[in-house]
Amino acid sequence: MDFNDFNENDYDMPCEKAWCPGCGHFTAQKILRQALAELKIPNEKLVFVSGIGQAAKLPQYTKGHMFNGLHGRSLPAAMAIKACNPELTVIVNSGDGCSYGEGGNHFLAQIARNADITQIVHNNMIYGLTKGQASPTSLKGMKTPVQVSGVTNEPFNPLAVAIAMGATFVARIFAGNMAQAKEVIKQAIQHKGYALVDTLVQCVSMNKLNTFKWYKENTYELDDSHDVHDKKAAFAKSLETGKYPTGIFYKVEGNPTFSESSVAYKNDKSPLYSRNLDMNKLEKLIISKRKR
Amino acid sequence: MEKKVSDISIVIAGAAGQGVQTVEELLVGILKMSGYNIYATKEYESRVRGGSNSTEIRVSSNRVSTFVNRIDILIPLNSAAFSHVESRLSEHSMIITDPSLLEGIQNLKEEQIISFPFSKIAKDVGSKIYANVVAVGAIAGIFKTDPKIAKNVLTNRFSSKGSKIIDNNYTAFLKGYELGKQVVENGKYAINLSTNNNIADEILLNGNQAVGLGAIAGGCNFISAYPMSPSTGALQFIAANSEEFGIIIDQAEDEIAAINKNIAAWYTGARALASTSGGGFALMTEGVSLAGIMENPIVIHIAQRPGPATGLPTRTAQEDLNLALYAGHGEFARIIFAPGTIEQAFYLTQKAFNLADKYQIPVFILTDQNFVDGYYNIPKFDLSKIKVEKAFIKTEKDYLRYKFTKDGLSPRGIPGYGDGLVRADSDEHTEAGQITEDMEYIRPEMVKKRYYKRLKLLEDVADKPEIVGAADFSTLVVCWGSNYTVVKEAIEEFGSKEIAMLHFHQLFPLHPNTKEILNKAKKVIIIENNASGQFANVLKLYCDLSIPEKHKYLNYTGKLFAVEDVLDILQKEAN
Repeated sequence: MDFNDFNENDYDMPCEKAWCPGCGHFTAQKILRQALAELKIPNEKLVFVSGIGQAAKLPQYTKGHMFNGLHGRSLPAAMAIKACNPELTVIVNSGDGCSYGEGGNHFLAQIARNADITQIVHNNMIYGLTKGQASPTSLKGMKTPVQVSGVTNEPFNPLAVAIAMGATFVARIFAGNMAQAKEVIKQAIQHKGYALVDTLVQCVSMNKLNTFKWYKENTYELDDSHDVHDKKAAFAKSLETGKYPTGIFYKVEGNPTFSESSVAYKNDKSPLYSRNLDMNKLEKLIISKRKR
Repeated sequence: MEKKVSDISIVIAGAAGQGVQTVEELLVGILKMSGYNIYATKEYESRVRGGSNSTEIRVSSNRVSTFVNRIDILIPLNSAAFSHVESRLSEHSMIITDPSLLEGIQNLKEEQIISFPFSKIAKDVGSKIYANVVAVGAIAGIFKTDPKIAKNVLTNRFSSKGSKIIDNNYTAFLKGYELGKQVVENGKYAINLSTNNNIADEILLNGNQAVGLGAIAGGCNFISAYPMSPSTGALQFIAANSEEFGIIIDQAEDEIAAINKNIAAWYTGARALASTSGGGFALMTEGVSLAGIMENPIVIHIAQRPGPATGLPTRTAQEDLNLALYAGHGEFARIIFAPGTIEQAFYLTQKAFNLADKYQIPVFILTDQNFVDGYYNIPKFDLSKIKVEKAFIKTEKDYLRYKFTKDGLSPRGIPGYGDGLVRADSDEHTEAGQITEDMEYIRPEMVKKRYYKRLKLLEDVADKPEIVGAADFSTLVVCWGSNYTVVKEAIEEFGSKEIAMLHFHQLFPLHPNTKEILNKAKKVIIIENNASGQFANVLKLYCDLSIPEKHKYLNYTGKLFAVEDVLDILQKEAN
């Protein structure tokens, strides 16, 4: 392949996709493929990591390495993959249930590590694959087969949490706004450190409240007046409801990543798989155990 | 005392925070560097200050590697120590103590007591805090060790505190040393053990350190773990050496994260260790299942402690064999090791990394509190016997992660090494790693690959159980894991031509000859630290051997077996 000849279709797997017709995941995947093509990242440098759910099927349909793990556990896996081989581009795609519900503890903990990974959360405010129960981001009052009198939980605010936890790149996109979404994804992937892209997508089969039209009417683009380096302003923006801002809320450059902080990379930058055990050091360590 | 002995059991008892551990470290250092064989272990409560804890140090002319109930010398650090170890004291026990601790203590004979005003001597040196070192000096004096050795040990121990503190400690030591020497000169007490200069050159490692060192020797370069007693020592040992060996250390948010990170590290070509105890491992079981379907290597160390739930956090048990054997939903192959000696812990852990890599399976190392906290001197390891055998391949363009092969092993690629794509999935998948619901061909073939074919390969490389004692046995004493040393010592001391120990350091899959060995015995008895006879049940299942209840010796107290306990069992069975 000519180095300059990157096409979004190069990132598509020629297979049947088990998403419903009109599903927002199709658009989200297309945006990601376009961003990757424009960033010219070769397939064999890409690792797609996911948990379980409809969104989590994205790695199955996208061409690169794949670690399609357990429900809620995509972030721990992604963090470790990047830590063991910093030369790989690691992208997480999973839904709101997987990422913020089952994986909530991992969300907090991995943000704190600033692993150099991109987490794209397909947020449709509903559980799709289990057929229509509330998700952590469902709005209050939404009736479901389980929340029969309506959701009573306060909706989870991933952006506010991420900013509070010290995330170094925090953004929200609406997949229906492809031009902005692609630019944000590109910046997120290029960001050195942890990047969250909360991605609003419609679930055509299960969420009759937060439809494509609803998202279109209830989102607006952050403009140039928003300073992405102003943490307090970003936090204020993240608390806005009613009409939801999209774009980059906050970013900070130059914070050390997990790998950069790890002693394993202090004297050697090579991926772990390529290294060999130093038997002389081992011998020395054993001899040092003459004394306790 | 005229009793001819080859080893002396010294017990130091006191509250947490009183310095039991410091006394242990100093005495072990001095006696080992003086050429005595040493075994030491501790028992402690789940608290940082107060309570009653004790350490046993066996000092011996011969190698020692296990616990005895008997106390030859007691060093109490508080009055409560007497009642804490009361059942282990006899008229032959000597008590080396500050007189103030004896108030209200009865049942001790005059000739058992060696009383020195440790606290007062310490105050004269500068502070009460030196009292423990005076006591250490007294023991060193009784053993007639060279004070220069103690000076070295004290200097190393207190090097961070400056020369004044070192000097005071040494002064305190010498005062105790003189008193100890006088005890011997007065004829009140004497010890005549032989020393061996080679011992000074041997190494001291506890079970956790041996697992940690074995992991490093196995090429471990990633560990994600959540601290949990009694396994934490292994994590800390690896962390202490992480910079030197380029090891990524991650203190995980929980054990679920830890196992997923460790599995993903292996996926990326690193070598990772999951180290925890039963409760933490319970959280990891979904990850074991993930490793099963992904055909992903993982090494898991479980330092067992009594459950259920929080149980007895600092005590010992062999209760999690069933958990390790059956952990993870679905069916897939695995290996379970349970080292019996420090050497085995090192070599088996090292080997576990190669086996996990080659066979793409979970490999377990089962230890327990008794094992991980106990230590003794051993010769240095033979590094010519070990090698890190990386089993992953460089992929080509058309690479299929789960390619069907004759033996059921698909060559394992890793992302970023070669031109292929490495696509691993937790769903049932095709050879390419794509989700499938083909139940006619692919599903059954994948199950065969992960279970039947893999298990066959593992049986072919399984380790044999070890027979110790009478070659022409009629009775076999079966045990596994940490009970190796206690049963071995008891069997050797008992000296019957009829009885042998059959020790298993590989619990699953069993070596194919196991049934044959067991069938040679007229009587099989089993010793385990659990209530249900978990390994007895494994033998029933896989060797069709039913051990009668009366021959099952099951200790579920949380305490370890002492040599005396096993001797009682042997006596009973010999009659």
